Amino acid sequence: MQTFFIVVILALGFLITFQIAKASEYVGIMRGEEKSRKQTNKVNAFLLLIFLIGGMIGVYYCNERLKGKILGAPASDHGVNIDTMLYITIAITGVVFFITQIILFWFSFKYQESDKRKAYYYPHNNKLELIWTVIPAITLTVLVGFGIFYWFKITGEAPKNAMVVEITGSQFKWEYRYPGKDKILGKKYFKQIDDAANNQLGQLWDDPANHDDIYVTGEPMHLVVNRPVKLVIGAKDVIHDVGLPHFRMKMDAVPGTPTTMWFTPTKTTKQMREETNNPAFMFEISCDQMCGRGHFGMRGEIIVENQEEYDAWILSKKPKYLTVFPDKDPAKQKADTTKPAAATVARN
Amino acid sequence: MSEAAHIHPEVAVSHDVHHGGDHGHHHQSFITKYIFSTDHKMIGKQFLITGIIWAIVGGLFSVLFRLQLGYPGQTFPILETFFGNYAEGGLIKPEFYYALVTMHGTILVFFVLTAGLSGTFANLLIPLQVGARDMASPFINMLSYWFFWLASIVMLASMFTQTGPASGGWTMYPPLSALRQAGDGSKIGADLWLVSMALFIVSALMGGLNYISTILNMRTKGMSMTRLPLPIWALFFTAVLGVLSFPVLLSGAILLLFDRNLGTSFYLSDIVINGEILPNEGGSAILYQHLFWFLGHPEVYIILLPAMGMVSEILSVHSRKPIFGYMAMLGSLFAIAILSFLVWAHHMFVTGLNPFLGSVFVLLTLLIAVPSAIKVFNWLTTLWRGNIRFTPATLFAIGFVSLFISGGLTGIFLGNSTIDIHLHDTMFVVAHFHIVMGVASMFGMHAGIYHWFPKMYGRYLNNTLGYLHFWVTIIGAYLIFWPMHYQGLAGIPRRYLDKSSWLSFNEFGELDKMITVVSIVVFAAQLMFVFNFFYSIFKGRKVTNPNPWGANTLEWSTPINPGHGNWEGEIPEVHRWAYDYGKDGREFIPQTEPIGANESKH
Repeated sequence: MQTFFIVVILALGFLITFQIAKASEYVGIMRGEEKSRKQTNKVNAFLLLIFLIGGMIGVYYCNERLKGKILGAPASDHGVNIDTMLYITIAITGVVFFITQIILFWFSFKYQESDKRKAYYYPHNNKLELIWTVIPAITLTVLVGFGIFYWFKITGEAPKNAMVVEITGSQFKWEYRYPGKDKILGKKYFKQIDDAANNQLGQLWDDPANHDDIYVTGEPMHLVVNRPVKLVIGAKDVIHDVGLPHFRMKMDAVPGTPTTMWFTPTKTTKQMREETNNPAFMFEISCDQMCGRGHFGMRGEIIVENQEEYDAWILSKKPKYLTVFPDKDPAKQKADTTKPAAATVARN
Repeated sequence: MSEAAHIHPEVAVSHDVHHGGDHGHHHQSFITKYIFSTDHKMIGKQFLITGIIWAIVGGLFSVLFRLQLGYPGQTFPILETFFGNYAEGGLIKPEFYYALVTMHGTILVFFVLTAGLSGTFANLLIPLQVGARDMASPFINMLSYWFFWLASIVMLASMFTQTGPASGGWTMYPPLSALRQAGDGSKIGADLWLVSMALFIVSALMGGLNYISTILNMRTKGMSMTRLPLPIWALFFTAVLGVLSFPVLLSGAILLLFDRNLGTSFYLSDIVINGEILPNEGGSAILYQHLFWFLGHPEVYIILLPAMGMVSEILSVHSRKPIFGYMAMLGSLFAIAILSFLVWAHHMFVTGLNPFLGSVFVLLTLLIAVPSAIKVFNWLTTLWRGNIRFTPATLFAIGFVSLFISGGLTGIFLGNSTIDIHLHDTMFVVAHFHIVMGVASMFGMHAGIYHWFPKMYGRYLNNTLGYLHFWVTIIGAYLIFWPMHYQGLAGIPRRYLDKSSWLSFNEFGELDKMITVVSIVVFAAQLMFVFNFFYSIFKGRKVTNPNPWGANTLEWSTPINPGHGNWEGEIPEVHRWAYDYGKDGREFIPQTEPIGANESKH
């Protein structure tokens, strides 16, 4: 019933608007087309000016309302560079924006049709045109220069002391792998992926580098503050994207083509909680590439902590290899050496 | 078909100026006049009306998914009435949401802003403004429309399949779009999307080749290339872009069809989906993105250039001044057309692209800002010291310039790979391309419709409704898309239909509601325009002056309701460029007027 009334009211509104519009056309003709046209012209010229002023106030108001809701200071070294580049660009484009919009609407208002004025025949002026080719070109060169400088800094090789974490996306979750003591991620092959055999990433157990790799899912990724981290990014099914808004980083996860990205977290989760006055604060991993019906909920978390906290956490984790082959577990071997057949069972 | 075929020789005959006089009198049945018409004006109208219908569908879809964004989790029982189990209990399901988003993008980009905008005005304006009786090949021109129609039917059909239309985003990236297991939208809907797109590309190529050959070969006497009105130049570059880039999309789409149906691995490698290990190895998912964006980026300019051309013409006519810097306008069109082929990878900065290659694309992308800046400054100078008449067309043209500035400047953010790392695939991108490509081109299209409606139908649109349409639309467009940039700066990814489970992204509830309400209002204003359009075709105020705007171009030298063949008698000869407004104290001097003895040079 309610919907019905809304439809009726809308239809009525339409009808009334239309009738007024039609009537105004007749009135215009009766009062003399030329005269009413000139009057409409004045009204619209004035409205353009109002729109300019209203728009400028709107831009200011919008900024006041929303500037507090964007992410706040970046939490990585690259993030600082990216924000610097962003603010340089905002400053330059902001100046251009205000100048050109003001000129556009001011000219429209000022040079509205008037019987007193004749349009000025002004087909070209090479000097002017040269000026507004060269100035944007120079400005853009500056922007390109800064941009490429930072771009190479960010996309360059990761520092030697960077820790490595592998992150794998699939519909609609993230899985992580730490390389363990040898600092090498073991080889994997997608045809070995088998959830039933507890091998979610397709690790090749023949590769000894795999024996100490730690697999983590369903809980946050842990990183060390002020220590560079290189993410090795992959996907199992469709393209995903590792988006880290607080670190200002992003990289696609492409099935078949591993990608990498590195950065240095500069703030711990604890620090962020204090800074944002939000005890529930978490660094989030968002999927930024459309990946299917659950795309909007493909969420991961990151905890940034100091080295001791991280060490304590990683020590509490058992390498995947030892979960799959419990008999190879040195801790277990000491406690229970009587069941050597377990390995073959798990393998099947 | 046979009727259309037998008309062709007649049209060919009519190109001969001596026989032009008795043209337009031959008998035409309803079918040859309105349906399988070979008259470029009728084909233009067919493109326009089909485009308008698609725009209503695509616009309605955006209102529906805005409902979800503004009021996540709320039920709208009316949706269940119309969409059944897509919206069970009135709640928009994620599959439905993504189908809506995908269809909105596909419809608006291809069916409305490519076919509806460039198809309409290329057909209408090219023969009329270059002084030709029809296109180089009226029959292929007709086929161009009917292939578009077929593409439309296939796309429409996909919406009525059991698993719904394609829902992998309008870019249709594989593997998501390639694997049936990946979601409902990747089932039959994706096949139909690809078939529809292939048909659409055939249509675009037929149209484009015709536009190019007509402009190059069929200009009337005296119409040198540098005397062409700017819309024709813009449409020429548009056609060139389409002819060179659409085949690449076709190849991309066909390879995807192969991957889907014939077991090939062009885009597929190392995939395990829902626990199923696929045999494909060695393909590259990124290859599709290269093929797609090699069309996809020129496509932006396929949409934008016709709008730019028409805006140049309309601003000049209604400020009663020549367009400032005709040659610079032309040069910048050319530069944009060339550069648009060299920037596609800026859509792929975060795909793992080689950083060096990325930096080259940064340079080339930001280079486009230079010709764009030239165009803006030239439009501003065209207004300077003019005597501006604010018809609805003028207002939409001014609105276009304003939106083009706003959206163009945010392009400088995204074209810079460093900033793009943060802003890529966020709402900032959505705001940027909607302003600069979506709304701006739509403004160009509206400007064109208001300006050339008298030529199309011999009647005027209702002005009051036109003004209302403009003001609601421009205010609405800025209210919708300006604050959206802030969501992007906050890192909110695109295509998130519910942000409530996120800590970082859930601060914009109020804003999302406001945007939704405004988008409904703007949509209603567009419906009002559509009503005005159809009402005025039949009941609008009649045009009594063959040249109602006091314009110089050739289309206004035809009768008020030109028949097939456009001019009665001989095609007029052209003696000057199209922009002698306000010269030597005369308000306007049509292109057909010979240069006077004492006329000043420009």
